[in-house]
Amino acid sequence: MQYDLLSLQPVLPEIFMLGAACVVLVVDLFLSQRTRYWTYGLTLAALVGAIAVTAWTATSGTQVLFDGSYVRDPVSDVLKLAILTIDLFVMAYARDYLDQQEIYRGEFYILSLFATLGMMVMASANNFLTVYLGLELLALSVYALVAFDRDSIKGAEAAMKYFVLGALASGMLLYGLSMLYGATGALNFLEVSAAIASGNIDETVLVFGLVFVVIGVAFKFGAVPFHMWVPDVYHGAPTAVTLFLGSVPKIAAFSLAIRLLANGAGGLSAHWSDMLTILAIASLAIGNIVAIAQDNIKRMLAYSTISHVGFIFLGFIAADSRGYGAALFYTVVYALTAAGGFGLLTVISRKGFDAENLHDLKGLNDKSPWLAAMMMLVLFSMAGVPPTVGFFAKLFVLEAVIRVDMVWLAAVAVIFSIIGAFYYLRAVKVMYFDKPIDDQPIIASVDSRLAISVNGVAILLLGIFPAGLLAVCRAAFVG
Amino acid sequence: MIALSDYLIVAAILFSVSIAGIFLNRKNVLLLLMCIELVLLAVNINFIAFSHFLGDVNGQIFVFFILTVAAAEAAIGLAILVVLFRTRRTINVADLDTLKG
Repeated sequence: MQYDLLSLQPVLPEIFMLGAACVVLVVDLFLSQRTRYWTYGLTLAALVGAIAVTAWTATSGTQVLFDGSYVRDPVSDVLKLAILTIDLFVMAYARDYLDQQEIYRGEFYILSLFATLGMMVMASANNFLTVYLGLELLALSVYALVAFDRDSIKGAEAAMKYFVLGALASGMLLYGLSMLYGATGALNFLEVSAAIASGNIDETVLVFGLVFVVIGVAFKFGAVPFHMWVPDVYHGAPTAVTLFLGSVPKIAAFSLAIRLLANGAGGLSAHWSDMLTILAIASLAIGNIVAIAQDNIKRMLAYSTISHVGFIFLGFIAADSRGYGAALFYTVVYALTAAGGFGLLTVISRKGFDAENLHDLKGLNDKSPWLAAMMMLVLFSMAGVPPTVGFFAKLFVLEAVIRVDMVWLAAVAVIFSIIGAFYYLRAVKVMYFDKPIDDQPIIASVDSRLAISVNGVAILLLGIFPAGLLAVCRAAFVG
Repeated sequence: MIALSDYLIVAAILFSVSIAGIFLNRKNVLLLLMCIELVLLAVNINFIAFSHFLGDVNGQIFVFFILTVAAAEAAIGLAILVVLFRTRRTINVADLDTLKG
Protein backbone atom coordinates (compact mmCIF):
# COMPACT_ATOMS: atom_id res chain seq x y z
CA MET A 1 0.00 0.00 0.00
CA GLN A 2 1.28 3.42 -0.93
CA TYR A 3 1.59 5.64 2.13
CA ASP A 4 0.67 9.22 1.49
CA LEU A 5 1.99 11.80 3.91
CA LEU A 6 -0.89 14.11 3.04
CA SER A 7 -3.29 11.60 4.55
CA LEU A 8 -1.90 12.62 7.94
CA GLN A 9 -3.33 16.12 7.57
CA PRO A 10 -6.35 15.54 9.84
CA VAL A 11 -4.02 14.49 12.71
CA LEU A 12 -1.93 17.63 12.31
CA PRO A 13 -3.20 19.33 15.50
CA GLU A 14 -2.02 16.41 17.63
CA ILE A 15 1.27 16.11 15.76
CA PHE A 16 1.85 19.83 16.22
CA MET A 17 1.01 19.61 19.93
CA LEU A 18 3.35 16.67 20.47
CA GLY A 19 6.16 18.44 18.65
CA ALA A 20 5.56 21.68 20.52
CA ALA A 21 5.47 19.92 23.91
CA CYS A 22 8.77 18.21 23.14
CA VAL A 23 10.32 21.52 22.06
CA VAL A 24 9.19 23.18 25.30
CA LEU A 25 10.57 20.21 27.27
CA VAL A 26 14.01 20.49 25.69
CA VAL A 27 14.19 24.30 25.67
CA ASP A 28 13.23 24.46 29.33
CA LEU A 29 16.25 22.32 30.25
CA PHE A 30 18.60 25.07 29.12
CA LEU A 31 16.86 27.96 30.87
CA SER A 32 17.78 29.50 34.17
CA GLN A 33 15.12 30.70 36.59
CA ARG A 34 15.65 34.25 35.31
CA THR A 35 14.91 33.35 31.68
CA ARG A 36 12.02 31.01 32.50
CA TYR A 37 9.63 33.36 30.73
CA TRP A 38 10.70 31.63 27.51
CA THR A 39 8.92 28.47 28.64
CA TYR A 40 5.81 30.48 29.30
CA GLY A 41 6.03 32.27 25.96
CA LEU A 42 6.63 29.05 24.05
CA THR A 43 3.68 27.39 25.80
CA LEU A 44 1.39 30.21 24.79
CA ALA A 45 2.79 30.05 21.26
CA ALA A 46 2.21 26.28 21.20
CA LEU A 47 -1.42 26.70 22.23
CA VAL A 48 -2.07 29.52 19.76
CA GLY A 49 -0.33 27.48 17.05
CA ALA A 50 -2.45 24.43 17.86
CA ILE A 51 -5.61 26.53 17.66
CA ALA A 52 -4.50 27.84 14.26
CA VAL A 53 -3.64 24.36 12.97
CA THR A 54 -6.96 22.96 14.21
CA ALA A 55 -8.92 25.76 12.57
CA TRP A 56 -6.88 25.48 9.38
CA THR A 57 -7.34 21.72 8.95
CA ALA A 58 -11.01 21.74 10.00
CA THR A 59 -13.48 20.27 7.54
CA SER A 60 -17.20 19.83 7.76
CA GLY A 61 -17.05 16.14 6.88
CA THR A 62 -15.92 13.12 8.88
CA GLN A 63 -12.48 11.67 8.24
CA VAL A 64 -11.43 8.36 9.75
CA LEU A 65 -7.76 7.47 10.01
CA PHE A 66 -5.40 4.79 11.30
CA ASP A 67 -7.64 1.86 10.50
CA GLY A 68 -10.63 3.42 12.18
CA SER A 69 -8.99 4.38 15.47
CA TYR A 70 -9.00 8.13 14.96
CA VAL A 71 -11.82 10.34 13.76
CA ARG A 72 -11.80 13.96 12.76
CA ASP A 73 -15.34 15.36 12.75
CA PRO A 74 -16.97 18.68 13.71
CA VAL A 75 -17.47 17.48 17.31
CA SER A 76 -13.75 16.87 17.73
CA ASP A 77 -12.94 20.27 16.24
CA VAL A 78 -15.27 22.12 18.61
CA LEU A 79 -13.92 20.17 21.59
CA LYS A 80 -10.30 20.79 20.65
CA LEU A 81 -10.78 24.50 20.03
CA ALA A 82 -12.55 24.83 23.40
CA ILE A 83 -9.82 22.85 25.20
CA LEU A 84 -7.02 24.91 23.67
CA THR A 85 -8.71 28.28 24.18
CA ILE A 86 -9.48 27.67 27.84
CA ASP A 87 -5.95 26.33 28.29
CA LEU A 88 -4.68 29.73 27.12
CA PHE A 89 -6.63 31.42 29.91
CA VAL A 90 -5.27 28.93 32.43
CA MET A 91 -1.68 29.56 31.39
CA ALA A 92 -2.15 33.32 31.52
CA TYR A 93 -3.51 33.14 35.08
CA ALA A 94 -1.04 30.58 36.34
CA ARG A 95 2.31 32.27 35.63
CA ASP A 96 1.93 35.08 38.12
CA TYR A 97 0.69 32.73 40.84
CA LEU A 98 3.49 30.22 40.31
CA ASP A 99 6.02 33.03 40.43
CA GLN A 100 4.65 34.43 43.70
CA GLN A 101 4.41 31.05 45.40
CA GLU A 102 7.97 30.22 44.29
CA ILE A 103 6.98 27.15 42.32
CA TYR A 104 7.61 28.68 38.90
CA ARG A 105 9.06 25.64 37.13
CA GLY A 106 9.00 24.40 33.58
CA GLU A 107 7.34 21.14 34.60
CA PHE A 108 4.01 22.88 35.04
CA TYR A 109 3.97 23.89 31.40
CA ILE A 110 5.30 20.61 30.06
CA LEU A 111 2.84 18.49 32.02
CA SER A 112 -0.03 20.79 31.04
CA LEU A 113 0.90 20.53 27.38
CA PHE A 114 1.04 16.73 27.54
CA ALA A 115 -2.27 16.68 29.38
CA THR A 116 -3.69 18.87 26.63
CA LEU A 117 -2.38 16.44 24.04
CA GLY A 118 -4.13 13.62 25.89
CA MET A 119 -7.37 15.57 25.87
CA MET A 120 -7.06 16.23 22.14
CA VAL A 121 -6.54 12.51 21.51
CA MET A 122 -9.64 11.74 23.59
CA ALA A 123 -11.67 14.27 21.61
CA SER A 124 -10.80 12.44 18.39
CA ALA A 125 -10.90 8.87 19.64
CA ASN A 126 -12.84 6.35 17.61
CA ASN A 127 -11.68 3.20 19.28
CA PHE A 128 -11.49 1.89 22.87
CA LEU A 129 -7.70 1.85 22.72
CA THR A 130 -7.40 5.49 21.59
CA VAL A 131 -9.83 6.63 24.27
CA TYR A 132 -7.84 4.77 26.91
CA LEU A 133 -4.48 6.10 25.79
CA GLY A 134 -5.72 9.69 25.65
CA LEU A 135 -7.33 9.32 29.06
CA GLU A 136 -4.18 7.94 30.64
CA LEU A 137 -1.95 10.60 29.07
CA LEU A 138 -4.23 13.21 30.64
CA ALA A 139 -4.56 11.42 33.97
CA LEU A 140 -0.87 10.63 34.48
CA SER A 141 0.10 14.22 33.70
CA VAL A 142 -2.49 15.58 36.10
CA TYR A 143 -1.50 13.24 38.97
CA ALA A 144 2.00 14.62 38.70
CA LEU A 145 0.72 18.20 38.49
CA VAL A 146 -1.23 17.86 41.73
CA ALA A 147 1.95 16.80 43.57
CA PHE A 148 3.81 19.56 41.78
CA ASP A 149 4.54 21.65 44.90
CA ARG A 150 6.87 19.06 46.39
CA ASP A 151 7.08 20.55 49.88
CA SER A 152 3.34 20.84 50.37
CA ILE A 153 1.85 18.27 52.72
CA LYS A 154 -1.64 18.87 51.33
CA GLY A 155 -0.43 18.52 47.74
CA ALA A 156 1.18 15.11 48.26
CA GLU A 157 -1.87 13.77 50.07
CA ALA A 158 -4.23 15.09 47.42
CA ALA A 159 -2.08 13.59 44.68
CA MET A 160 -2.07 10.19 46.38
CA LYS A 161 -5.84 10.18 46.80
CA TYR A 162 -6.33 11.34 43.23
CA PHE A 163 -3.91 8.74 41.95
CA VAL A 164 -5.48 5.80 43.77
CA LEU A 165 -9.07 6.73 42.90
CA GLY A 166 -8.20 7.76 39.35
CA ALA A 167 -6.36 4.51 38.72
CA LEU A 168 -9.28 2.59 40.19
CA ALA A 169 -11.62 4.46 37.84
CA SER A 170 -9.41 3.60 34.87
CA GLY A 171 -9.46 -0.03 35.98
CA MET A 172 -13.26 -0.03 36.19
CA LEU A 173 -13.51 1.62 32.78
CA LEU A 174 -11.13 -0.94 31.28
CA TYR A 175 -13.01 -3.85 32.81
CA GLY A 176 -16.20 -2.52 31.23
CA LEU A 177 -14.43 -2.03 27.91
CA SER A 178 -13.11 -5.60 28.01
CA MET A 179 -16.67 -6.85 28.52
CA LEU A 180 -17.96 -4.77 25.62
CA TYR A 181 -15.06 -6.05 23.52
CA GLY A 182 -15.88 -9.62 24.42
CA ALA A 183 -19.55 -9.19 23.63
CA THR A 184 -19.18 -7.31 20.35
CA GLY A 185 -15.81 -8.64 19.17
CA ALA A 186 -14.63 -5.20 18.14
CA LEU A 187 -12.74 -2.23 19.54
CA ASN A 188 -13.78 0.27 16.91
CA PHE A 189 -16.84 2.37 17.82
CA LEU A 190 -18.45 1.94 14.40
CA GLU A 191 -18.21 -1.85 14.58
CA VAL A 192 -19.24 -1.91 18.24
CA SER A 193 -22.36 0.14 17.62
CA ALA A 194 -23.17 -1.94 14.52
CA ALA A 195 -22.83 -5.14 16.56
CA ILE A 196 -25.07 -3.74 19.30
CA ALA A 197 -27.64 -2.62 16.73
CA SER A 198 -27.73 -6.08 15.10
CA GLY A 199 -29.48 -7.41 18.22
CA ASN A 200 -27.70 -10.80 18.15
CA ILE A 201 -25.85 -10.16 21.38
CA ASP A 202 -27.00 -11.11 24.84
CA GLU A 203 -27.99 -7.80 26.37
CA THR A 204 -27.03 -8.87 29.91
CA VAL A 205 -23.33 -8.97 28.99
CA LEU A 206 -23.56 -5.59 27.29
CA VAL A 207 -25.30 -3.97 30.25
CA PHE A 208 -22.80 -5.60 32.65
CA GLY A 209 -19.96 -3.99 30.71
CA LEU A 210 -21.87 -0.74 30.37
CA VAL A 211 -22.27 -0.38 34.14
CA PHE A 212 -18.49 -0.38 34.57
CA VAL A 213 -18.03 2.05 31.70
CA VAL A 214 -20.56 4.45 33.24
CA ILE A 215 -18.83 4.16 36.63
CA GLY A 216 -15.51 5.00 34.97
CA VAL A 217 -17.01 8.00 33.19
CA ALA A 218 -18.73 9.19 36.39
CA PHE A 219 -15.42 8.93 38.29
CA LYS A 220 -13.65 11.05 35.71
CA PHE A 221 -16.44 13.64 35.79
CA GLY A 222 -16.65 13.52 39.59
CA ALA A 223 -20.35 12.67 39.76
CA VAL A 224 -21.93 11.49 43.03
CA PRO A 225 -21.34 8.77 44.37
CA PHE A 226 -17.93 8.77 42.69
CA HIS A 227 -17.05 12.30 43.76
CA MET A 228 -14.90 11.62 46.85
CA TRP A 229 -11.71 12.77 45.21
CA VAL A 230 -12.98 16.09 43.87
CA PRO A 231 -13.05 18.29 47.03
CA ASP A 232 -9.79 16.89 48.42
CA VAL A 233 -7.90 17.24 45.16
CA TYR A 234 -9.21 20.75 44.47
CA HIS A 235 -8.31 21.76 48.01
CA GLY A 236 -4.91 20.11 48.18
CA ALA A 237 -3.48 21.05 44.79
CA PRO A 238 -1.79 24.44 44.30
CA THR A 239 -4.43 26.91 43.05
CA ALA A 240 -2.80 27.14 39.62
CA VAL A 241 -3.18 23.37 39.24
CA THR A 242 -6.73 23.41 40.60
CA LEU A 243 -7.43 26.05 37.99
CA PHE A 244 -6.15 23.71 35.30
CA LEU A 245 -7.85 20.54 36.48
CA GLY A 246 -11.08 22.25 37.42
CA SER A 247 -11.68 23.66 33.97
CA VAL A 248 -10.19 22.00 30.89
CA PRO A 249 -10.47 18.29 31.83
CA LYS A 250 -14.24 18.74 32.15
CA ILE A 251 -14.31 19.13 28.37
CA ALA A 252 -12.17 16.01 28.08
CA ALA A 253 -14.59 14.13 30.35
CA PHE A 254 -17.37 15.29 28.07
CA SER A 255 -15.55 13.86 25.07
CA LEU A 256 -15.02 10.61 26.97
CA ALA A 257 -18.75 10.38 27.60
CA ILE A 258 -19.78 11.40 24.11
CA ARG A 259 -17.35 8.97 22.44
CA LEU A 260 -18.00 5.96 24.67
CA LEU A 261 -21.68 6.34 25.42
CA ALA A 262 -23.09 8.10 22.37
CA ASN A 263 -20.77 6.83 19.61
CA GLY A 264 -19.85 3.42 21.02
CA ALA A 265 -22.81 2.29 23.11
CA GLY A 266 -25.44 4.47 21.45
CA GLY A 267 -27.64 1.42 20.97
CA LEU A 268 -27.83 1.01 24.74
CA SER A 269 -28.95 4.56 25.42
CA ALA A 270 -32.12 3.36 27.14
CA HIS A 271 -29.91 1.72 29.80
CA TRP A 272 -27.29 4.39 30.31
CA SER A 273 -29.71 7.27 30.36
CA ASP A 274 -31.39 5.67 33.38
CA MET A 275 -28.04 5.35 35.10
CA LEU A 276 -27.13 8.93 34.27
CA THR A 277 -30.48 10.14 35.64
CA ILE A 278 -29.65 8.69 39.05
CA LEU A 279 -26.11 10.08 38.95
CA ALA A 280 -27.41 13.49 37.87
CA ILE A 281 -29.98 13.79 40.66
CA ALA A 282 -27.49 12.61 43.29
CA SER A 283 -24.85 15.05 42.01
CA LEU A 284 -27.25 17.98 41.97
CA ALA A 285 -28.41 17.22 45.50
CA ILE A 286 -25.08 16.49 47.20
CA GLY A 287 -23.15 19.11 45.25
CA ASN A 288 -25.45 21.99 46.00
CA ILE A 289 -26.25 21.12 49.60
CA VAL A 290 -22.77 20.24 50.83
CA ALA A 291 -21.28 23.32 49.16
CA ILE A 292 -23.24 25.50 51.59
CA ALA A 293 -21.22 24.14 54.50
CA GLN A 294 -17.83 24.98 52.98
CA ASP A 295 -15.65 27.85 54.18
CA ASN A 296 -12.79 27.02 51.89
CA ILE A 297 -13.62 28.52 48.53
CA LYS A 298 -11.70 25.84 46.60
CA ARG A 299 -13.79 23.14 48.31
CA MET A 300 -16.92 25.19 47.68
CA LEU A 301 -16.12 25.39 43.98
CA ALA A 302 -15.36 21.66 44.02
CA TYR A 303 -18.85 20.86 45.28
CA SER A 304 -20.19 23.39 42.79
CA THR A 305 -18.39 21.39 40.06
CA ILE A 306 -20.17 18.26 41.24
CA SER A 307 -23.53 19.97 40.89
CA HIS A 308 -22.63 21.26 37.43
CA VAL A 309 -21.70 17.72 36.39
CA GLY A 310 -25.28 16.80 37.27
CA PHE A 311 -26.46 19.37 34.76
CA ILE A 312 -24.10 18.09 32.08
CA PHE A 313 -25.49 14.59 32.59
CA LEU A 314 -29.02 15.96 32.21
CA GLY A 315 -28.10 16.92 28.65
CA PHE A 316 -27.09 13.32 27.96
CA ILE A 317 -30.32 11.84 29.23
CA ALA A 318 -32.28 12.85 26.15
CA ALA A 319 -29.72 10.88 24.05
CA ASP A 320 -30.42 12.95 20.93
CA SER A 321 -28.36 15.51 19.05
CA ARG A 322 -30.15 18.43 20.68
CA GLY A 323 -29.39 17.11 24.14
CA TYR A 324 -25.72 16.48 23.27
CA GLY A 325 -25.51 19.99 21.82
CA ALA A 326 -26.92 21.46 25.03
CA ALA A 327 -24.52 19.36 27.15
CA LEU A 328 -21.57 20.47 25.03
CA PHE A 329 -22.64 24.11 25.39
CA TYR A 330 -22.95 23.64 29.15
CA THR A 331 -19.54 21.99 29.42
CA VAL A 332 -17.73 24.68 27.44
CA VAL A 333 -19.47 27.44 29.39
CA TYR A 334 -18.74 25.75 32.69
CA ALA A 335 -15.07 25.28 31.84
CA LEU A 336 -14.80 28.98 30.93
CA THR A 337 -16.58 30.04 34.12
CA ALA A 338 -14.54 27.73 36.35
CA ALA A 339 -11.34 29.08 34.79
CA GLY A 340 -12.53 32.57 35.74
CA GLY A 341 -13.40 31.55 39.31
CA PHE A 342 -10.13 29.80 40.10
CA GLY A 343 -8.29 32.38 38.02
CA LEU A 344 -9.50 35.15 40.30
CA LEU A 345 -8.13 33.25 43.31
CA THR A 346 -4.73 33.15 41.65
CA VAL A 347 -5.00 36.88 40.86
CA ILE A 348 -5.72 37.95 44.44
CA SER A 349 -3.08 35.63 45.92
CA ARG A 350 0.29 37.22 46.53
CA LYS A 351 3.66 36.27 47.93
CA GLY A 352 3.15 34.46 51.22
CA PHE A 353 -0.63 34.58 50.95
CA ASP A 354 -2.64 31.91 49.20
CA ALA A 355 -6.27 33.03 48.82
CA GLU A 356 -8.45 30.00 49.43
CA ASN A 357 -10.93 30.87 52.15
CA LEU A 358 -14.20 32.66 51.78
CA HIS A 359 -13.10 35.46 54.11
CA ASP A 360 -10.13 36.13 51.83
CA LEU A 361 -12.66 37.64 49.43
CA LYS A 362 -13.87 40.11 52.07
CA GLY A 363 -14.05 43.66 50.83
CA LEU A 364 -12.69 42.81 47.39
CA ASN A 365 -14.85 45.61 46.01
CA ASP A 366 -13.03 48.20 48.14
CA LYS A 367 -9.67 46.98 46.94
CA SER A 368 -10.45 46.49 43.27
CA PRO A 369 -13.96 47.14 41.95
CA TRP A 370 -13.07 45.69 38.55
CA LEU A 371 -11.89 42.34 39.90
CA ALA A 372 -14.93 42.15 42.17
CA ALA A 373 -17.18 42.80 39.18
CA MET A 374 -15.47 40.00 37.22
CA MET A 375 -15.84 37.58 40.13
CA MET A 376 -19.47 38.58 40.47
CA LEU A 377 -20.04 37.72 36.79
CA VAL A 378 -18.39 34.35 37.33
CA LEU A 379 -20.49 33.56 40.40
CA PHE A 380 -23.70 34.76 38.75
CA SER A 381 -22.92 32.59 35.74
CA MET A 382 -22.39 29.55 37.97
CA ALA A 383 -25.63 30.28 39.80
CA GLY A 384 -27.44 30.75 36.48
CA VAL A 385 -28.48 34.38 36.80
CA PRO A 386 -29.31 36.12 33.53
CA PRO A 387 -27.86 37.85 31.55
CA THR A 388 -24.72 35.76 32.13
CA VAL A 389 -24.12 32.76 29.94
CA GLY A 390 -24.68 30.27 32.78
CA PHE A 391 -28.37 31.02 32.63
CA PHE A 392 -28.62 30.03 28.98
CA ALA A 393 -26.52 26.92 29.53
CA LYS A 394 -28.99 25.75 32.17
CA LEU A 395 -31.94 26.81 30.01
CA PHE A 396 -30.85 24.76 26.98
CA VAL A 397 -30.15 21.66 29.07
CA LEU A 398 -33.53 21.92 30.77
CA GLU A 399 -35.18 22.40 27.39
CA ALA A 400 -33.57 19.19 26.14
CA VAL A 401 -34.84 17.36 29.24
CA ILE A 402 -38.37 18.72 28.88
CA ARG A 403 -38.45 17.75 25.21
CA VAL A 404 -38.25 14.08 26.23
CA ASP A 405 -41.14 14.58 28.68
CA MET A 406 -39.16 14.48 31.90
CA VAL A 407 -40.60 17.64 33.41
CA TRP A 408 -40.20 16.33 36.97
CA LEU A 409 -36.45 15.97 36.39
CA ALA A 410 -36.21 19.55 35.17
CA ALA A 411 -38.12 20.68 38.26
CA VAL A 412 -35.70 18.80 40.53
CA ALA A 413 -32.76 20.42 38.76
CA VAL A 414 -34.27 23.89 39.14
CA ILE A 415 -34.98 23.39 42.85
CA PHE A 416 -31.42 22.30 43.54
CA SER A 417 -29.95 25.18 41.54
CA ILE A 418 -32.01 27.61 43.61
CA ILE A 419 -30.54 26.04 46.75
CA GLY A 420 -27.14 26.36 45.09
CA ALA A 421 -27.68 30.05 44.36
CA PHE A 422 -27.35 30.67 48.11
CA TYR A 423 -23.65 29.97 48.37
CA TYR A 424 -22.78 31.84 45.20
CA LEU A 425 -24.66 34.89 46.42
CA ARG A 426 -23.02 34.57 49.85
CA ALA A 427 -19.64 34.94 48.16
CA VAL A 428 -20.94 38.02 46.30
CA LYS A 429 -22.17 39.46 49.59
CA VAL A 430 -18.77 38.89 51.22
CA MET A 431 -17.06 40.72 48.35
CA TYR A 432 -19.35 43.74 48.32
CA PHE A 433 -20.69 44.29 51.83
CA ASP A 434 -17.94 43.11 54.18
CA LYS A 435 -14.95 45.17 55.24
CA PRO A 436 -11.53 43.99 54.07
CA ILE A 437 -9.49 42.21 56.78
CA ASP A 438 -6.21 43.77 55.66
CA ASP A 439 -5.21 46.70 53.50
CA GLN A 440 -2.66 44.87 51.37
CA PRO A 441 -3.07 45.99 47.77
CA ILE A 442 -3.68 43.38 45.08
CA ILE A 443 -0.58 42.92 42.97
CA ALA A 444 -1.34 41.19 39.71
CA SER A 445 0.57 41.05 36.47
CA VAL A 446 -0.73 42.44 33.21
CA ASP A 447 -1.38 39.04 31.65
CA SER A 448 -3.52 37.71 34.49
CA ARG A 449 -5.48 40.97 34.69
CA LEU A 450 -6.05 40.82 30.94
CA ALA A 451 -7.12 37.18 31.17
CA ILE A 452 -9.64 37.80 33.96
CA SER A 453 -11.07 40.80 32.10
CA VAL A 454 -11.47 38.89 28.83
CA ASN A 455 -12.88 35.94 30.75
CA GLY A 456 -15.45 37.98 32.67
CA VAL A 457 -16.51 39.99 29.65
CA ALA A 458 -16.80 36.80 27.60
CA ILE A 459 -19.17 35.36 30.21
CA LEU A 460 -21.33 38.47 29.93
CA LEU A 461 -21.16 38.80 26.13
CA LEU A 462 -21.86 35.12 25.52
CA GLY A 463 -24.82 35.55 27.83
CA ILE A 464 -26.18 38.45 25.81
CA PHE A 465 -25.43 36.78 22.47
CA PRO A 466 -25.55 33.02 23.13
CA ALA A 467 -26.74 32.13 19.63
CA GLY A 468 -23.31 31.90 18.00
CA LEU A 469 -21.76 29.41 20.41
CA LEU A 470 -25.01 27.48 20.64
CA ALA A 471 -25.22 27.18 16.87
CA VAL A 472 -21.66 25.84 16.77
CA CYS A 473 -22.41 23.29 19.51
CA ARG A 474 -25.63 22.15 17.88
CA ALA A 475 -24.19 22.00 14.37
CA ALA A 476 -21.44 19.68 15.63
CA PHE A 477 -23.98 16.97 16.34
CA VAL A 478 -26.18 17.37 13.28
CA GLY A 479 -25.22 15.56 10.11
CA MET B 1 -10.29 -27.96 27.83
CA ILE B 2 -10.56 -24.68 29.66
CA ALA B 3 -13.65 -22.75 28.62
CA LEU B 4 -13.96 -18.99 28.16
CA SER B 5 -16.12 -18.74 31.25
CA ASP B 6 -13.31 -20.16 33.43
CA TYR B 7 -10.98 -17.38 32.36
CA LEU B 8 -13.67 -14.79 32.95
CA ILE B 9 -14.36 -16.14 36.43
CA VAL B 10 -10.67 -15.99 37.35
CA ALA B 11 -10.52 -12.44 36.05
CA ALA B 12 -13.65 -11.46 37.94
CA ILE B 13 -12.26 -12.96 41.18
CA LEU B 14 -8.95 -11.12 40.73
CA PHE B 15 -10.86 -7.92 40.00
CA SER B 16 -13.04 -8.28 43.09
CA VAL B 17 -10.06 -9.13 45.30
CA SER B 18 -8.21 -6.04 44.16
CA ILE B 19 -11.20 -3.70 44.56
CA ALA B 20 -11.83 -5.13 48.03
CA GLY B 21 -8.14 -4.65 48.79
CA ILE B 22 -8.31 -0.98 47.89
CA PHE B 23 -11.28 -0.33 50.13
CA LEU B 24 -10.38 -2.57 53.09
CA ASN B 25 -6.71 -1.75 53.35
CA ARG B 26 -6.05 0.89 56.03
CA LYS B 27 -2.38 0.19 56.62
CA ASN B 28 -0.04 0.81 53.79
CA VAL B 29 -0.16 2.87 50.62
CA LEU B 30 2.13 0.40 48.85
CA LEU B 31 -0.59 -2.23 49.07
CA LEU B 32 -2.94 0.17 47.29
CA LEU B 33 -0.47 0.39 44.41
CA MET B 34 -0.31 -3.41 44.23
CA CYS B 35 -4.11 -3.62 44.17
CA ILE B 36 -4.22 -1.14 41.30
CA GLU B 37 -1.79 -3.29 39.34
CA LEU B 38 -3.95 -6.31 40.08
CA VAL B 39 -7.03 -4.55 38.63
CA LEU B 40 -5.17 -4.02 35.39
CA LEU B 41 -3.96 -7.63 35.32
CA ALA B 42 -7.52 -8.88 35.78
CA VAL B 43 -8.55 -6.76 32.81
CA ASN B 44 -5.63 -8.17 30.81
CA ILE B 45 -6.79 -11.75 31.44
CA ASN B 46 -10.23 -10.74 30.21
CA PHE B 47 -8.86 -9.19 27.05
CA ILE B 48 -6.58 -12.12 26.23
CA ALA B 49 -9.29 -14.70 26.86
CA PHE B 50 -11.77 -12.85 24.66
CA SER B 51 -9.13 -12.25 22.02
CA HIS B 52 -8.24 -15.96 21.91
CA PHE B 53 -11.81 -17.22 21.78
CA LEU B 54 -12.96 -14.60 19.28
CA GLY B 55 -9.93 -15.26 17.08
CA ASP B 56 -9.30 -11.52 16.97
CA VAL B 57 -5.80 -10.21 17.63
CA ASN B 58 -6.84 -6.67 18.62
CA GLY B 59 -7.49 -7.65 22.22
CA GLN B 60 -3.92 -8.85 22.65
CA ILE B 61 -2.59 -5.62 21.19
CA PHE B 62 -4.72 -3.74 23.71
CA VAL B 63 -3.03 -5.75 26.47
CA PHE B 64 0.41 -4.58 25.39
CA PHE B 65 -0.75 -1.01 25.71
CA ILE B 66 -2.31 -1.64 29.12
CA LEU B 67 0.94 -3.19 30.33
CA THR B 68 2.93 -0.20 29.13
CA VAL B 69 0.54 2.28 30.70
CA ALA B 70 0.54 0.25 33.92
CA ALA B 71 4.32 0.59 34.08
CA ALA B 72 4.08 4.35 33.63
CA GLU B 73 1.31 4.49 36.20
CA ALA B 74 3.38 2.55 38.72
CA ALA B 75 6.26 4.97 38.16
CA ILE B 76 4.04 7.98 38.84
CA GLY B 77 2.42 6.30 41.82
CA LEU B 78 5.77 5.47 43.41
CA ALA B 79 7.01 9.00 42.71
CA ILE B 80 4.00 10.43 44.53
CA LEU B 81 4.62 7.93 47.33
CA VAL B 82 8.19 9.20 47.70
CA VAL B 83 6.95 12.81 47.87
CA LEU B 84 4.36 11.76 50.43
CA PHE B 85 6.94 10.02 52.59
CA ARG B 86 9.36 12.95 52.32
CA THR B 87 6.76 15.44 53.56
CA ARG B 88 5.20 13.43 56.37
CA ARG B 89 7.48 10.48 57.21
CA THR B 90 4.72 7.88 57.02
CA ILE B 91 2.85 5.97 54.35
CA ASN B 92 0.00 4.85 56.55
CA VAL B 93 -3.33 5.17 54.76
CA ALA B 94 -5.15 6.15 57.96
CA ASP B 95 -2.82 9.15 58.34
CA LEU B 96 -3.94 10.68 55.06
CA ASP B 97 -6.52 12.89 56.76
CA THR B 98 -5.29 16.47 56.48
CA LEU B 99 -7.85 17.31 53.82
CA LYS B 100 -11.33 17.46 55.26
CA GLY B 101 -14.14 19.89 55.02
